[in-house]
Amino acid sequence: MNDNAPILQANGVTIRFGGLTAVSNFNFEIRSHELAGLIGPNGAGKTTIFNMLTGVYKPTEGAITIAGQPTAELKPYEITALGVARTFQNIRLFKELTVLDNVKIGGHIHYKYSGTSAVLHTNRFHVAEDEAEVEALKLLDIFDLRDRADSYAKNLPYGDQRRLEIARALAAKPKLLLLDEPAAGLNDSETHALMETIHDIRDRFDIAILLIEHNMELVMGICERILVLNFGKTIAQGTPDEVRANPVVIEAYLGEPAETAEL
Amino acid sequence: MQTLLQNLLNGIAAGSIYALIALGYTMVYGILKLINFAHGDVFMLGSFVGYYAGGYFSRHSPNGQMAFGYAAIVMLLAMLVCGLFGYLNERIAYRPLRNAPRIASLITAIGVSFFLEYGGQFVFGPDPKFFPTLVEKHLLNFSGVVTTNYQLIVLGVALVFMALLQYIVYGTKFGRAMRAVSYNFETASLMGIPTDRVISITFVIGSMLAAVAGILYGLAYPKIDPLMGIMPGLKAFVAAVLGGIGNVPGAVVGGLVIGIIEAFVGGSSFSNYRDAIAFVILIVILLFRPSGLFGKYQAEKV
Amino acid sequence: MERLPWWLRDLIYLAFLVGLLIALSYGLDALPISGMAYYNRIIVLMGINITLAVSLNIINGHAGQFSLGHAGFMAIGAYFAAFLTITYLSPYVDKLPSDSTQQWIAQNTLLLVAVIAGGTFAAIAGYLVGLPSLRLRGDYLAIVTLGFGEIIRVLILNIDQIGAARGLSGIPKWSNFFWVYLLAGITILISWRLVNSSVGRAFLAVREDQIAAESMGVDTTKYKVKAFIMGSFLAGAAGALYAHFMMYLNPTMFTFDKSFIVLAMVVLGGLGSISGSVVAAIILTFLPEGLRGAKDFMPGALAGKDPRMLIYSIMLIVLMLTRPQGLLGRRELWEVLTRRKDSTGGKRDEKSGPPVS
Repeated sequence: MNDNAPILQANGVTIRFGGLTAVSNFNFEIRSHELAGLIGPNGAGKTTIFNMLTGVYKPTEGAITIAGQPTAELKPYEITALGVARTFQNIRLFKELTVLDNVKIGGHIHYKYSGTSAVLHTNRFHVAEDEAEVEALKLLDIFDLRDRADSYAKNLPYGDQRRLEIARALAAKPKLLLLDEPAAGLNDSETHALMETIHDIRDRFDIAILLIEHNMELVMGICERILVLNFGKTIAQGTPDEVRANPVVIEAYLGEPAETAEL
Repeated sequence: MQTLLQNLLNGIAAGSIYALIALGYTMVYGILKLINFAHGDVFMLGSFVGYYAGGYFSRHSPNGQMAFGYAAIVMLLAMLVCGLFGYLNERIAYRPLRNAPRIASLITAIGVSFFLEYGGQFVFGPDPKFFPTLVEKHLLNFSGVVTTNYQLIVLGVALVFMALLQYIVYGTKFGRAMRAVSYNFETASLMGIPTDRVISITFVIGSMLAAVAGILYGLAYPKIDPLMGIMPGLKAFVAAVLGGIGNVPGAVVGGLVIGIIEAFVGGSSFSNYRDAIAFVILIVILLFRPSGLFGKYQAEKV
Repeated sequence: MERLPWWLRDLIYLAFLVGLLIALSYGLDALPISGMAYYNRIIVLMGINITLAVSLNIINGHAGQFSLGHAGFMAIGAYFAAFLTITYLSPYVDKLPSDSTQQWIAQNTLLLVAVIAGGTFAAIAGYLVGLPSLRLRGDYLAIVTLGFGEIIRVLILNIDQIGAARGLSGIPKWSNFFWVYLLAGITILISWRLVNSSVGRAFLAVREDQIAAESMGVDTTKYKVKAFIMGSFLAGAAGALYAHFMMYLNPTMFTFDKSFIVLAMVVLGGLGSISGSVVAAIILTFLPEGLRGAKDFMPGALAGKDPRMLIYSIMLIVLMLTRPQGLLGRRELWEVLTRRKDSTGGKRDEKSGPPVS
């Protein structure tokens, strides 16, 4: 595949729920190694866009292509196989499973085998399981969760849960990582650590990252490109400096609480 | 033509009974998203109250005949007992599990159902009993269509209660509260609606309607036994789903539809499969139109 | 053990299990307890219940689905195998010289055939029921599976060739302690290996959070159907062995009551716990036997009436209200006994209940 071809392309993507147009005419492209941000007031349609990109919702109009493949007819798990993984706004970890198992499931598409193999403990089973374990532990090492590999996900402190979700998503070896409000609920030092982690991931795994965030320090700090959404429409797109100075953007954020208005 | 009308009339009468039971299912599901498995057995309970109360009255009445007034008292008694049961059931068995995973409520509901069925067998005895004659039976003939006044009474009483319920749900403040809770539980409670009380009263109303159905059933098909609630309960549930679960008029339509279809199938060559019809309808609806005839599809928020 | 090829390892485990069961089988026969035949019967039924509970646990416990029609799958396996045996297999075996080794081999081999056939037929039913229904919400799936179980029962009642309401008799008593517990052992093994594999992890992911699972690349529908097929196959196999032990089948043996009792076993043991299902199956097989005498102690007007189902229902209600996670929650027996330490202490883990649908 051409190294410079975009991993994700969205053209004219629109979605309507009954009479409500949640997102209209969303156009976006992202290539490997890029770090982009999606911002906008609450309810602007950001998570809806993530849901469309991952196949949870089907757009009413427009087309999404991932790795050159149109995703209109694909199910979410097929889209994951194309190379897209995500985290969720409200942390959707597998609470009753261990930290290690969560990450192993993240890598499901790479280590799956048939029920027969599982029951008979064939070679295929052993090879896949060993690999899954090794890869999962590697990820836990990166995220500093190795010592809690056998803890249940629900027992982890909040910050660790957020990091675990990212580790789980990375287990799928995606080309594009979608992070939905990764800094929500984190304090300043945790946020800074997260910023470093995101940079580190991008470089180490050579992937593209698109994130949704309200924390402007993080967005302005690490994103190379930002897209601003308001009421489902894209009102601005550009570098952090460009977006920061854009009058339309400033107007959209007027009346917002102090932290988010601090552009 | 006569058989057609005959079947139709039988179907509407049976359907009215299903409808009364279905209303209880649909209301409870509407506000709690819970399938009250035990509801069909509340219907059975109503019949048995009628049996014992009616028996008492007919033994103690002056000339061995039951006056219409006594029939009304019997029905009221059944409604009281079942209403009380519905209230206690919700308070003791369902309310504590409101925040528990769905399967816990499901299992409890099944448990209550079995409790009523086997408890009934235990206390009342498993053999079928004959419902006392609450109202004197008259044969009526409309140009060849033979029926008893029982069918008409069933229809009439059922209609009265359905109309009453319609008024309560759509014409009173309480009904508005009920509907609000069924749309969005949290918002309703934030708006100051006493959700617990609304839920309790909904259970009570549903159980009372089941009691009415039980009395009417006893009247029209006098053989009753502790397991009698299983099939009508299941069929009434199908009726509720058919009409769109959570939808009150839908439950009535569903009940009538099932009653009529059953009457025609029962009168045809497939009569062996009469009981299976409801299940087939259920599977067809759930596969092709799970929201039923009048319901709305509810998607999950990601 | 590492050097041996996997199939050889599995064969050795199997041989070990077979040897153990043969030993136990002889041991039980040799016990000088009077009325052994009666206890033997209970022990065999317990083995069937273990298989039923563990197989239902795959569907309801591991994959988190609401199947209320397990008795239907058992019935399909039972009737199909019985029909096969009576019509084709038994006549062949009867023609062989009585009590000969040849006959013994033929009988046991053909029993295996009948059991696998019964299980397969039940699995096909599981597939047909599962595929369209599994996109339904939890409680609706419950109703559909319940309806399915009832439809099976009504169908059997109306098919004359397999006895309809009179029942099907004349099934040779080919199954015994050995076969029943071999199936139970294999079922436990299958369930254990499955849950500790990528398939099992997929099941658990589907149970925990279907949307997140899909986003992680898990084809949730495929795995739900897989769970159904697996569970129904084993239930059908159990049914086949049941038929060849009871020698007689009747639709009243496979009512919703039966599905409910198996569900009660899984819930009592803890949804998702294999050892829990086993323990609960043991308890709930012995309990009714223990209560059999209870009706003699019933006061006054209730004398002579059998309170067992009533007790089950009360037990289940109380269980749901006080300890919905059952005896072992989602943990296995050895995990609970060794009280696994976790970052915030073990106690908090045990309070886990069944998953949200």
